[in-house]
Amino acid sequence: MLDSFASFITYRLLSISQGSRLGDSLHFFIYDTIKIFLLLTVIIFAVSVIRSYFPPERTKKILSHKKEFIGNILAALLGIVTPFCSCSAVPLFIGFIEAGVPLGVTFSFLISSPMVNEVAVVLLWGLFGWKIAAIYLGTGLFVALIGGFIIGRLKLEKWVEEYVYKIQIGEGQEIAQQVFKDRLQYAKWNTADIVKKVWPYIIIAIGIGGLIHGYVPQDFLAKYAGPQNPFAVPIAVALGVPLYSNAAGVIPIVYALMEKGLSTGTVLAFMMAVTALSLPEMIILRKVLKVPLLAVFVGIMTVTITIVGYLFNSIL
Amino acid sequence: MEIKVLGPGCANCHTMEQLTITAVKELGLEAKIEKIADIQEIMKYTMSTPGLVVNGKLKHSGKPLPSLEKVKELLKAEA
Repeated sequence: MLDSFASFITYRLLSISQGSRLGDSLHFFIYDTIKIFLLLTVIIFAVSVIRSYFPPERTKKILSHKKEFIGNILAALLGIVTPFCSCSAVPLFIGFIEAGVPLGVTFSFLISSPMVNEVAVVLLWGLFGWKIAAIYLGTGLFVALIGGFIIGRLKLEKWVEEYVYKIQIGEGQEIAQQVFKDRLQYAKWNTADIVKKVWPYIIIAIGIGGLIHGYVPQDFLAKYAGPQNPFAVPIAVALGVPLYSNAAGVIPIVYALMEKGLSTGTVLAFMMAVTALSLPEMIILRKVLKVPLLAVFVGIMTVTITIVGYLFNSIL
Repeated sequence: MEIKVLGPGCANCHTMEQLTITAVKELGLEAKIEKIADIQEIMKYTMSTPGLVVNGKLKHSGKPLPSLEKVKELLKAEA
């Protein structure tokens, strides 16, 4: 139905001939834009309802005094649905540690939350199909699990700033009771909030995609950075680490790279490096972590993401 | 009325402060608005910023931000 609507606009209403480059590009643009915005609205709304059950206060309670590994798995999963603004990283970190959430488990949460979220998954799904979205979701969780687990095993608590352990947390943090109508209201707000923020990136991504789709040969970049180039993944990760963007912002670049023939593993590794690690985030986290712990964090993440990239290049 | 806007200084916290100032003005309230960036002070109330504290009570925390109408409602309840 979407397809015939896009065809109607392109070929009938604007009477651009079928099979022409302009026609193909425009048809693709209209079709994809509508499809992705539908997906985005429906899924973000659904996730927002789930999200309303997991405010950071509750997540903290669930994770407090959890065993390693199981705690890491839970933390990575909760990272998907627990809302937090990047500037909350410090209070969140202190709150978790204070409540007895193990350090490694806290890291699993901090890694998963910006990297694996509904916006990333929906955009990948809409642009590249559900398989790529599922792979990103799965490996993102895996990276968060492993990264946090290793940090936990290394026993690096001594490299957390001392004052973190001394902060007293006030009493006024009970979880507000909500009725289901409130949750729907919250979900509506949250959906509107997110769609308002990400729509320009999506239009740019699809616009670039539409142009490339019609005009640039598919294997344009594949010659230089395809699966047979062993340095493609580390270079992509090294470029991605200092760059910062949320999942939506990086999508236009990801789309262009993928369409021009870069292999899936390389592109996914790039996307993870951009969303999970960044200079501004390190500066924020420096308030609670000493430099050696920050370095270990960046090191483990870089290595894990690179391995994931290679893994997918070899099997896809 | 004592109002505190909690936030270490990101864009969301700034918006929250502006919303609060506007709400106070439009309601014609007599209020002292304080911006709290100190992490220890923030942690007394919440770990999800931005936060809004009215007369020592946490009224809002985290994302998404409340609408101007909602902020007015929250303030009126304490006035």
